[in-house]
This record gives sequence, C-alpha cells and structure tokens, in this order.
Amino acid sequence: MTLHEYQLSQLDLLEAESVHVFREVAAELERPALLFSGGKDSIVMLRLAEKAFWPAPIPFPVLHVDTGHNFPEVLEFRDRRVAELGVNLVVASVQDAIDRGVVREEPSGSRNRIQTPVLLEAVEKNRFSALFGGARRDEEKARAKERVFSFRDEFGQWDPKNQRPELWNIYNGRIHLGESIRVFPLSNWTELDVWQYIGRENIDVPSIYYAREREVFSRDGMLFGVNEFCRPRDGEPTFIEKVRYRTVGDATLTAAVQSDADTIEKIVEEIAATRITERGATRGDDRVSEAAMEDRKREGYF
Amino acid sequence: MDTAATTTTPPIHHMDLMRFATAGSVDDGKSTLIGRLLFDSKSIFNDQLESVERTSQERGDEYTNLALLTDGLRAEREQGITIDVAYRYFATPRRKFVIADTPGHIQYTRNMVTGASTADLAIVLVDARKGLVEQSLRHAFIVSLLRVPHLVLAVNKMDLVDWSEEVFEQISHDFACFATKLDIPDLTVIPISALYGDNIVSRSTNMPWYEGSSLLHHLEHVHIASDRNLVDVRFPVQYVIRPQSLQYADYRGYAGTIAGGVLKKGDEVMVLPSGFTTRIAEVETADGPVSEAFAPMSVTVQLEDELDVSRGDMICRPHNRPAAAQDIDAMVCWMTDQPLVPGQKLAIKHTTRSARAMVKELQYKLDVNSLHRDDTVTQLGLNDVGRVRLRTTAPLLADEYRRNRITGGFVLIDESTNHTVGAGMISSAG
Repeated sequence: MTLHEYQLSQLDLLEAESVHVFREVAAELERPALLFSGGKDSIVMLRLAEKAFWPAPIPFPVLHVDTGHNFPEVLEFRDRRVAELGVNLVVASVQDAIDRGVVREEPSGSRNRIQTPVLLEAVEKNRFSALFGGARRDEEKARAKERVFSFRDEFGQWDPKNQRPELWNIYNGRIHLGESIRVFPLSNWTELDVWQYIGRENIDVPSIYYAREREVFSRDGMLFGVNEFCRPRDGEPTFIEKVRYRTVGDATLTAAVQSDADTIEKIVEEIAATRITERGATRGDDRVSEAAMEDRKREGYF
Repeated sequence: MDTAATTTTPPIHHMDLMRFATAGSVDDGKSTLIGRLLFDSKSIFNDQLESVERTSQERGDEYTNLALLTDGLRAEREQGITIDVAYRYFATPRRKFVIADTPGHIQYTRNMVTGASTADLAIVLVDARKGLVEQSLRHAFIVSLLRVPHLVLAVNKMDLVDWSEEVFEQISHDFACFATKLDIPDLTVIPISALYGDNIVSRSTNMPWYEGSSLLHHLEHVHIASDRNLVDVRFPVQYVIRPQSLQYADYRGYAGTIAGGVLKKGDEVMVLPSGFTTRIAEVETADGPVSEAFAPMSVTVQLEDELDVSRGDMICRPHNRPAAAQDIDAMVCWMTDQPLVPGQKLAIKHTTRSARAMVKELQYKLDVNSLHRDDTVTQLGLNDVGRVRLRTTAPLLADEYRRNRITGGFVLIDESTNHTVGAGMISSAG
C-alpha cells in the first residue's frame, strides 16, 4: 500500500470493496449464508468475510451444495477451514435429494443442472434471504451483466431485463418474503486478481490446484484426471501427465490442464500468460450452448 | 503491438485500478474500440474469439464481429442491441481497468448514469464523419452531472475522413464551446481509428499532426489519486463489531468504508447526529492497526469514549461536518416507467442510512440534449433528469454531490415493489 500517495493498489481496492459488500449484507439482510464449494473463489470469499468482521467471527453459516461428485482433497479442505473459522456448515446433499426423489439423475451423470433445485430447497428450508456466491464478471458473458446484489424471485430466478440499477456503493437489498438476493462480492475480480491475492495473503488452497503428475485420459480435447467419478471409457487410454485443475466443479466433468505450476508464483505467471478462459479450458458443462450459463442462471443457479 | 500490451505478470504492488465508462452507439464504433482495447491488451481469450468467429459465420457477417464479444444476453445477440451495463476487465503492467460499457441510446440514460456513478474517467465517442450529434452532447452532460473527473472525447473513424486535422480541430472546437456550459474538470480529445488501431495503443503514423498521447497511454497515466476527497473526513458507520468473546470482551469497533478525508489514531472526531466528540483510539483492519486510513479504504475505528454509535451515524471532524438535513435539493435521474410526481413517498438510501422521503416539489425537468430547463412539467418519466426538493423523515448527513460523490449521492426505492427507481445528486442540503 502506497500510503503517501493515498492511492490503493488494485488488490487493496478490490478487498476494500468486497469487505464493504459483506458488511452491507450482514447489516441489512436477516439470514445470509455463504455458498462454499471449496474452489479458489469461495476460498477467497471466505477470507474476505473473515476480514470484514474481525475480530468477531463470521456472523453467518457456510452452505455447501454437495453434488456427491467431490474431489476428496476439496472435502477435507472444507472441513478443516470450517473448523478453523468456527463457522456453521450447512450441507445440502444432491445424493440425498436423488434418494428422496426430489431430483432425478441425468443420463450424462453430471449433477450440475440438478444441483439447482437442491440449492433452492436448502434456501427455502433454512429461510436464507441472501446467499454470497463467488462468481466473477470476467468468467462468462451473462455474468458480465449481473449486479453485485442480484435479485431473485420466490422461484430463485434471475431476470436479466429487470435488474436493479447499482450506483456508487449503495446496494438495494430490500425483498419481500420468499424472495432472496444473491450477492457476489468478487464481481470485479479477475482470475488473475484471485491468484495474486491468494499469493499475497498466503491463503491455503486444495492440492488439486497445484501441478503434479496425475493419471489422465483425453476426452473431447480435454484432459480428465482418473478418479472415483471419472473413469476412462473403452478406447480412452490413460497416461501420466503433469496437470493441475484451474476450476473445481463436479468431478465427473471438470477437466485438468497441462501445467508446470506447482507453486502460487508459477500459477500467477501461468494465468497471466494463458490464452484460454478457465471455463473454456476445463468445464464440459459450459460448452453445451452459447447461452448455457444464462439459462442455468435464470433457473436459479448461481 | 508495443510495450503496453505485453503479458508479463503485472507487479502487484505498483498497480492501481481505474474504472472508466464508455458511451456511444454501435455506429460510433464503441464495441470495436472496446474489442480493440481488450484485444491489444491480450484480454480476449482464444476460446472467446473462436466462439465469436463461429457466431459471425453462422450469421453470415462478412467479418468477425467484435461487437459480439460484448453482447452478454441472448436477447442482445438475437436483436443485435445492448440492453444493460456490462463490465469488462483488462490490465496493462501499470493499471487494472474496469470498463463500464453502457448503451448509448437515450432510452438507456439510466444505464449510463449507473456506469458513470463509479467511473474515474469517461470516454465519449463520436464519428468523425458526423461530428457532434445530439447524443454526444447528452453523454457529455451525463458525465458532468455524475461528476466523472476525467473526460476523453474520442474522435473515431479518422480513417474515413483522410486523417484530416481540420475535421478533428473543428470537432474539438465545437465540443469545447459546448463544454463551457458544463462542469468538466479535465478534458482530453484524441483522434483515433478503432478499426485500424490508430492512436489506441501507440501513436498513429497516419496523423503526425497530433502531438498528444495514444488513448491507452492516456488511460494508463491520467492521475486519479487526487480525485478522491482527502480533505473532509467522512466515515459513515456501516456495521458495529462487538465480539462475544472473553478475549475481546470490551471491544467495540465501528466498521465502514471511508467516504472522505484521512483518519488517524488520536484525531479529534465528532459523531453525528448525536454531536458528541471524542478521539480515535485505533484505526485498524483485520491485518492490524493502520497509521493513516483514507477513502475508499474499509476499516474499523475504535473510539476513546464509550458512545452510543450505530449504523447510519457519521464520524467527521468537529469543525468540518456534513449538513444534517431533512430538506434536500437534488438532481434526480428517474429510472422507472411509473413517473415521479410531487407528493410521492419513497424510501431513500444515502450512505449507510435509510429513511423515507416525500417529493415536495419538482422544480424543473432538464432537457438532456439542449440543457433547457422546463419548469412547467408535472412529472419526471423514465430516463428524465430533473431537479426536485425532498423532505426526509430523518436527517441525512450529507454533502453537496460536487464536493463528495459518496456523501452527496443517494438512491430512491419504491416501497411497494422494492425497485431502485431513482438516482439523486444533492445540490444543496439545509
């Protein structure tokens, strides 16, 4: 921080704005919760929440929509972090919802789409009025137009044509019973900002983000790591490759990328030089159509 | 491509962040300009470019339509229009940039107002062949109304006027004449060709007569640190931190984002609206005490005396206070179909304070194209700008908007729909 010029660095400014958003929600909305996936964005979000209320603990619970298709490192990480912070963890289980007949497994085996009703059920059951999500506007075209406070009707739906104007640092979180607000404190962060911040703050992230030699196979031009949920089909030979994960999603369809980045510094360098977006590189689910994300958001997804 | 566009890792500690808004229509080449800035700073990724190329081909466009990069929603792609403010990001080794890309048409005035509210700089685009049109003047007016500190008039499509210095000088002159009616602290006019990249990243060889900076060079170097108000201490209390733990049993911290001035331990301060004075015992963040804190840092302040301080209160200096006023004169941009009419009651949100407000008087409507004041109007419609007098249920701790954009700005909310329906810039509070 260059105090003498009274000018904040980009990371300090982003941090200050995110902290402002956390405090605003805690002050104005009754039952917020923080959506935690174990991915880098939700990890940074949790750190910012910790800073916003220090030295008091984070005044709201953490919600994990558990697809059942988890990378084991990520679950371990979740439990450790939650214990360190002393926050409440609420788990909404997709497997449990399937068993209860609330949702049905899709033929593809991906649970990305069916996690939306599970999320909405958890919101309703716990009467959460606001959910913090780690989405960033640089991730995807539909998100580039979403507000920091994103209003959702009683069905959890997003209406892109009916968004509330957001001016200065004033946010309108007024809702009627049953409606809710999705809040995106990382709206203005880029993937590079997130990694620079993780480096600067020395934040721990699950080991799958670091490159090491893993057993992989190739499918649709992407590399998939062999794990409990992701097995090669006939004609998909496996091989050893130095890879890491750029995003953490449903383990059945999150691909790895070839990489030598086995430290935070190297990841920052890699992200600064990369020519492919994180979703384009690693997420089978976003390739479905041009408007895949917009459609899922309208249904109530983040 | 020159040095500004290299992809070396930006050094973290010397990089600041600048927000700018762009106004203009597709015809002015706004999307091409944004596409060019993103492309030349290597912020467009291969898969994004491929997707745009694919869509362009499917639609039968003759060239790769960079405008598609900035269309986020299905309706926008289908109709070839821009509906809403879109935020885009790029960085050079000097600065990180946030672009608020706002649609230019008059029916989207509210979106431009929204984008301009947080902007350090605005780029208004004009087509060199057409010169200034009604829309250019409207955009410049909104930039001045929202008090964006820096304005760039980008005279685009210079390639289509044979790189003519005369054409450029005429447009600059016309604009300077109009700008005297506005309050624009810093104006820069740059001749460009977004399509060919002239004067975007590096100086154009086609226009040797132009001696100023390229657009990107200007964006990287314009001084924004002194745009914030560092004189008037304004700290709206956002949240009170009282840990229920033995370690911090007596801790009471007032958290918030500094809206103006510099805060230090030991400073004498006054808390409004109570008027009690005390001293700052500590200014801190989760990373520890801070020797000086300034706008727009988010900090926590501890006071020497135990006072009753809550959200919505304002910490300032005893001899430099905002007004505590229930009668507010303001310029309002109206943002919804249902008109604003005198007598109407609304919720008002100003800094961290909420109250109710009644529209006592609609003084005039401003024609955003001619700046003509119409005092015969009886209502403000969607996208209208007018001056109103409000009476609030509780005093607002407010400054004139021209003095402080944070303590001078407010939003109006419809209490039945909960929609944000108006944005206000305080002209006087008293």
